[in-house]
Amino acid sequence: MILNNNILTIVTFLPLVGAFFILLTPGRDDVAVLNIKRIALATTTVTFLFTLVMWGMFDPDTAEFQFVQNYPWVGDVIGYRMGVDGISILFIVLTGLLMPMCILASWESISFRVREYMVLFLVLETLMIGVFATLDLAMFYVFFEGSLIPMFLIIGIWGGKKRIQASYKFFFYTFVGSVLMLLAIMAMYWYAGTLDISRLLQVEFPESMQIWLWLAFFASLAVKMPMWPFHRWLPEAHVEAPTAGSVILAAILLKMGGYGFLRFSLPMFPDASVFFADFVFVLSVAAIIITSLVALVQTDIKKLIAYSSVAHMGFVTMGIFTGNVYGVQGAIFQMISHGIVSGALFLSVGVIYDRMHTRDIAAYGGLVERMPRYAFAFMVFTMANVGLPGTSGFVGEFLTLLAIFQVNTWFAILATTGVILSACYALWLYRQVIFGGLEKESLKGILDLNAREMLTIVPLIILTIFFGFYPAPLLDATAVSVQALVDQYAAASGLAGAVQ
Amino acid sequence: MVSEFAGFASLAPAYPEMLLAVCAMALLMIGVFAKKEIAPSISGIAIGVLIAVGVLIVFGGTEGTIFAGGFINDGFARFMKVLIIAGSVFALILTVSTAADKGLNKFEYPVLIVLATLGMLMMVSANDLMSLYVGLELQSLSLYVLAAFRRDSAKATEAGLKYFVLGALSSGMLLYGASLVYGFTGHTQLDQIAQAVALGERNVGIIFGLVFLLAGLAFKISAVPFHMWTPDVYEGAPTPVTAFFASAPKVAAMALLIRIVFDAFEPIARDWQQVIIFISIASMVLAAFAAIGQRNLKRLIAFSSIGHVGFALVGLSAGNLVGVEGVAIYMAVYLTMTIGLFACILALKNEDGYVENIDDLAGLSQNRPFVAAMIAMFMFSLIGLPPLAGFFAKWHVFLAAIEARLFILAVIGMLASAVSAFYYLRVVKVMYFDEPVNSYATPAIELRFVMALTGFLVLSYYFTVGAPLAQLAHNAAGSLF
Repeated sequence: MILNNNILTIVTFLPLVGAFFILLTPGRDDVAVLNIKRIALATTTVTFLFTLVMWGMFDPDTAEFQFVQNYPWVGDVIGYRMGVDGISILFIVLTGLLMPMCILASWESISFRVREYMVLFLVLETLMIGVFATLDLAMFYVFFEGSLIPMFLIIGIWGGKKRIQASYKFFFYTFVGSVLMLLAIMAMYWYAGTLDISRLLQVEFPESMQIWLWLAFFASLAVKMPMWPFHRWLPEAHVEAPTAGSVILAAILLKMGGYGFLRFSLPMFPDASVFFADFVFVLSVAAIIITSLVALVQTDIKKLIAYSSVAHMGFVTMGIFTGNVYGVQGAIFQMISHGIVSGALFLSVGVIYDRMHTRDIAAYGGLVERMPRYAFAFMVFTMANVGLPGTSGFVGEFLTLLAIFQVNTWFAILATTGVILSACYALWLYRQVIFGGLEKESLKGILDLNAREMLTIVPLIILTIFFGFYPAPLLDATAVSVQALVDQYAAASGLAGAVQ
Repeated sequence: MVSEFAGFASLAPAYPEMLLAVCAMALLMIGVFAKKEIAPSISGIAIGVLIAVGVLIVFGGTEGTIFAGGFINDGFARFMKVLIIAGSVFALILTVSTAADKGLNKFEYPVLIVLATLGMLMMVSANDLMSLYVGLELQSLSLYVLAAFRRDSAKATEAGLKYFVLGALSSGMLLYGASLVYGFTGHTQLDQIAQAVALGERNVGIIFGLVFLLAGLAFKISAVPFHMWTPDVYEGAPTPVTAFFASAPKVAAMALLIRIVFDAFEPIARDWQQVIIFISIASMVLAAFAAIGQRNLKRLIAFSSIGHVGFALVGLSAGNLVGVEGVAIYMAVYLTMTIGLFACILALKNEDGYVENIDDLAGLSQNRPFVAAMIAMFMFSLIGLPPLAGFFAKWHVFLAAIEARLFILAVIGMLASAVSAFYYLRVVKVMYFDEPVNSYATPAIELRFVMALTGFLVLSYYFTVGAPLAQLAHNAAGSLF
C-alpha cells in the first residue's frame, strides 16, 4: 500500500533525485560525463518503469481520481494534492516513455555542458509529469509555467544558429498567455474557496464569470497547444531546439494545452465552452488547412514537421470541443499518437542531422540506398503522420472527424481536406529525402542507424503500428473517465450532445 | 526605588530599540578612542548586537503601547523588525571581505548601519506622527551619509547629494502632510486620528494631508512618480551600501506606509486606495519599460526594485487582511532575493575590479557556474516564475487584488511582469548563451555562504519556508485589523 499511496510522488520527483546525483557527480573529464549520461538514462528508465507499474495498478473502471494524496500546504490555500484519472494517466506514461529516448538521442549529439543539459532535462521531466499528476490548480500552474525555465535554457544553450530569438519567442508567447490564466485561477479560488481540482469540478460558476475564465485559460492553453494564429513561436522553437528538445516540445509540452482544455475548460466552464465551440472549430479548421498549406512550401525538414504538428493539434481542439465521447476519446488518442509519431519524426530528423548537420530538404535525396533501415522507419512515421489506416495516426483523426461530423457537417468536410493535404506534404518530404538518386557527394558515405539509434526508434515503430491495429489499451484506459466528463458536460451545458 | 524599577519594566516593548541605541553609542565611542584598525571588529560586534536584538524581538518581544501611545510593538511590527534586522545583518556580512576594495573599512560604517537600523525599528513601531518622523529622519540621515561614504569618489558624492536633496524635499512634504492632518483632526496619534476621521465629515484638508504623507512615503519606497533618485543612487553608492538601500529601508518604509493607512486612515480607505493603485500601476509599468534599456547591473536592479515595490503595493491596494499578509510575504521574499543577488554581484571580481556591466557577464556560466546559476535563479524568481519564491510572493499579493475585485490592476500588473521578464532574461542570456570574455576570482567564503543560503530559500520555498512564512505573515497582518 505504501507504493499505491505514494506512486505519484515517486514518479514525479524521481527525476529530481537523479538530477541531484548528477550535480554531485565529481569531475569534468570523459569518465564523469559518461557517468552523468548513465545516471540520467538510469533515472529516466526507472521512472518509466514506475509509470508502467502505475498504469498496471490503475483501475480503468472508475472515473474517480486514483493514487490520491492530499496535504494542506502554503497558508491552507495551495495544497500538495496528487491524483490521476483516465484523462491524465496516459500522458504521464507517454512522458516516461519518451524521456529515456531523449537521453539516448542526446548521447553523442550533445558535446558540451553535458551536466547542465542532463540536469535540465530531468528537472523538465519532473515538471511535465507534475502538470498531469497534480490535483491542485495552483500547483498545476507551478508545473505548467515552471517548465518554461528549463526549456528556455535548453533551446538557448544547445540550439541552432537563431537559438536566442527562438528561445525568447518561446518564452514570451507562453508567459504572456499564462499570466492571465494565473489571474483566472485566483478568481476561481475566491469564488469556490478551494484550489482542489476534484472539488472545483463540482463547482458551478456563473455564466458571465465562465466566459472570462474560459478566455483567460484559452489565452494560455491556445498558445501552448498551439492553435492557429498563436502558433508563431512553435516553428522557430522546434527548428532551433536540439533534437531531444524538439521531441519533448512536440510530444509533451504541446499536450499540456490539450490536457488543460480537457481538465478545465470543458468540465469547469461548460456554458462558455458551448458558447465558444464554433469559435474553436473555426480556428481548428483554419489551423488544419492553413498550416498544412504552409507546411507544403517549407524547405526545412523540422519546420515542415512543426507546421504539421500545428495542423494535427487542430484535430485535437476540434475533437475536444465537440463535447461528445468520440471527440474527446479521439482527441486524447490523437495527442498520445502524435506524441509518439512526432517525437519519432524529430528523432529521425535528428539522426540525419547528426550526420550531415543540415536540415535543408534539398540537401538530401536517395537515402534509401545507403540507409534502408532508416528509410523503413521514416516511412512508418510518415504514414502515421498522414493518418494511414493501420497506424496510430489514423485512429485519432478518424474519431475526431466522426465527432465533428455529428456536430457540423461543414466543419467536418473542411477538416477532412486536411488529411489530404497532410498526405501531400508528408509524402513529398519522404520522396525528397529518401527516394531519388543518391547524387550528392556528401551523402555517399552516410551510415545507417546504429544500435543506439535503433534502440530509440524501433520501440516507437512497434507502438505506432500496434496502436494502429489495436487501440484498445489506450481507449480502455480513458473510456470511463471520458464518459463521465462528457456526461457532466452534457448535463451542465444542457446539450444533448453526448451521443451513444 | 521600586517604582523606578517598575517604570523601567513598563518600557519592555522598547527594550530591543533601547539596547540597540546603547550599543550604537558604545560602538561609536570604541571607534573614536580605539586605534585605526578597529573597523573589522566593530563590524563583527555590530553583527553580533543586531543578531542579539533580533533574538530579543523574536523571543522576548513584549507587545504593547508605551510612551503615551507614541510607540507600539505588535505582531506586525515584530515581523517587519525581524526582516529589517536580517537585511542589516546581511548587508554587514556582505562588506566583510569587500570593505577594503570599496573604501568602507572605517568604523563609522557599521555604526551608521546600526543607527539606520535603529531608525527603521522606530519607524515600524511608530504610532504617532512625531515618533514616525523622528524614526524616519534617523534612518534617512544615516542613509545620506552612507550613500556618500566614499567621499573621494565623484559618483558616490553625487549619489549622496542627490539622495539628500530629494530626501529632504520628501521629508518636507511628509511634514507638511502631517501638519495638515494635525490641523484638521487635532491629533498626532494614529488611532486618535482614525477616530477623528471616522467621526467628521469627508474633509478636503485631511485628504490633502493624506496625499502629502503618501507622497513623502512613496519617495522612501521609491515608487513612481517619486523614483527618480533610485537609479542614480543605486549606481553611485558603493555596492554593499546599495545592497543595504535595496533591502531593509524598503521594508521599513513599506511597514510605515501600511501602518499609517490602516491605523490612521482606515475610515477613508477609498481615498487612499486610489492613490496606492495609481502609484502601484505607475511603478510596475514604468519599471518594466525603463529597465529594458539599462546596461548597468545596479541600475537594472534599481528599476527592478521600483517595479517590485509596485507589485507589493498591489497587495496594499486591496486594502484587506489578505493584502497586508501578501505585502509582508512579498517584502520577505524580495529581501531574500535582493540580498542574494547583491552577494552574487559582489562576487564578480576580476583583475580590473568589480564588474557592473551586464555585457561583462558574458559566458559567466562557464567560468563561475555556481554564481551564474544563482544569478539566473534570482532573475527567474524576480520574474515570478514558479516554483521559485518570487512566484509565491506575487501569488499572495495578486490573490488579494482579485479578492478586492481590482481586476484591471491585476491584469496590468501581470502584463507588466511579463514585459519585465525581458530584461531579467537578458542577464540570463548573456551569462548562458554568450561566449566568455572575462575570468573571475573565486568568491569569498561568506559571499558563497549568503548566496547558497538565499538561493536555497528561494529554490525550496514551497517545501520549506513557504507554509510557516504564510502563517507568520497571517498573524502579523492580523494584529493590524
